Amino acid sequence: MRQWGLCVFRRGQLPYRIHEILRRRTENTMLREITIGQYYPADSVIHKLDPRVKLAGTLVFIVSLFAFASVEAYLLATLVLAAVIRASKVPLKFMLKGLKAIFILLLFTVAFNLFLTRGTPIFHFWIFTVTREGVKTAVFMAIRLVYLIIGSSVMTLTTTPNNLTDGLEKALAPLRRIRVPVHEIAMIMSIALRFIPILLEETDKIMKAQTARGADFESGNLIQRVRNMIPLLVPLFVSAFRRANDLAMAMEARGYHGGEGRTKMRPLVYARRDKLAYLVMLLYLVAMFFVNRIGFFAELIRW
Amino acid sequence: MSIRLEHLNYIYSAGTAFERKALDDICLEFPDGQFVGMIGHTGSGKSTLIQHLNGLLKPTSGRVLYNGEDIFAEGFDLRRLRSKVGLVFQYPEHQLFETDVFTDVCFGPKNLGLSKEETEARALAALQQVGLKEKYYKVSPFELSGGQKRRAAIAGILAMEPEVLVLDEPTAGLDPKGRDDILDQVAKLHRERKITVVLVSHSMEDIARYVERIIVMNHGSVMFDDVPREVFRHYLELEQVGLAAPQVTYLVNELREKGWDISTDATTVEEAVQAILRALG
Repeated sequence: MRQWGLCVFRRGQLPYRIHEILRRRTENTMLREITIGQYYPADSVIHKLDPRVKLAGTLVFIVSLFAFASVEAYLLATLVLAAVIRASKVPLKFMLKGLKAIFILLLFTVAFNLFLTRGTPIFHFWIFTVTREGVKTAVFMAIRLVYLIIGSSVMTLTTTPNNLTDGLEKALAPLRRIRVPVHEIAMIMSIALRFIPILLEETDKIMKAQTARGADFESGNLIQRVRNMIPLLVPLFVSAFRRANDLAMAMEARGYHGGEGRTKMRPLVYARRDKLAYLVMLLYLVAMFFVNRIGFFAELIRW
Repeated sequence: MSIRLEHLNYIYSAGTAFERKALDDICLEFPDGQFVGMIGHTGSGKSTLIQHLNGLLKPTSGRVLYNGEDIFAEGFDLRRLRSKVGLVFQYPEHQLFETDVFTDVCFGPKNLGLSKEETEARALAALQQVGLKEKYYKVSPFELSGGQKRRAAIAGILAMEPEVLVLDEPTAGLDPKGRDDILDQVAKLHRERKITVVLVSHSMEDIARYVERIIVMNHGSVMFDDVPREVFRHYLELEQVGLAAPQVTYLVNELREKGWDISTDATTVEEAVQAILRALG
């Protein structure tokens, strides 16, 4: 009956309480969205692109990084990446944030490539030999990794998590033929994403409520600390289960029955700029191919 | 044991695209033993404000003084402060976690490092003060009704024997009887234990009957701070910020407009009855 009540009221007619709850929800999401994912809101062409375009673009970019290995190809990739970052209006600082996570990996990759590649030695100390080929692969590998992270950051920074799952669902739709439950997976992903900020906020509130009762989440040895988490975890789990239950009920009450024949409020439709973007991608690949060849010929001549 | 707020500012998500000013230059004083009502619509900053009273939130700028001491000064014991300034949040579900109600209420005093006997004595006293029946003491807190959960949550704070009790919307989601019961209980506590009570609500009706002072919050600043009667004189301005005066205020004002010789000071039904009887002669 509760759901029925919600259905018959139009937006402007919502009674004050419900209206307030809805408003509070959106305010909170806005506040919290920043802590999960890493969406950076801005008004740019890249933000407005269809998520499928961005997924494809990221894929094309990453493949190009690994398929074409030459100085000229990387120059072109750098130019294109710089142009896209510029167009996205997201500060470079945010793009580089993701690099922190792979710093150690980057260090190892460079070191291994530098010292373990056989070829013409440049210099030698103790058991390490640095070769010409080693330097080349190390630099190329570093560039690949860094660009890979920045490239995917462009996507996650300019696309909301929900939009991204929508894009994935649509892009992977053909897999339904081989019985992959694409819609269900996408739904699970978007619900999980939607719940992260809610649960974060809930954790924050529970921590405050328990801190007000003198709970201590910071000091003590490991065992004490784990024990101190109980007053936080019990209410959190209880609330998570209650919310999951409520959501399942609400979905069922609205007639949800899985992906078959389901329509979207905002269906993904390609606009002109999306088609243009695909064209740009194609041009990029072609250019990459030729630029790479030039490098190849140039190297032949040099030899 | 007064609390004083000096030029308090609080900004959410400072330095990001989501920056939002929640409190704007708040100066307030909560003297001993006062029963204060705080009111404001959603997002007016009242919940943010009360979290400064026991140091859960640190102001972006400004000071919080407890008995004249800056609570964010080096070496100030915030945990001791939290036992003196008890804050009950809106949802009891956020704090109830033990296997039974009694053990749950013991959590606060236990954290103060009290002996087992003292802890249990305080828990028992607190449970009696909130009027929770003895048959519920050994029941899981998750099996209680909404109103009983609220009582258990309030008892959990009372057991720490605070000098200031701050209640964030203690009546949200309760039926009229449950609401009156809780508020009567709080008023009784205020009378008997002489503690300071700060009652946050968005219902003027609730607040008008009990408090001696009302603070109206709007967009992160204090809009009115006065005795109820004076605050309700501004009932038209209150409406503009999404609040309303008690219904009786409208009634007496309308009667006056109709040419009755009636005082518009009434804030509760009883006072309105008296005023109308007087006007009728």
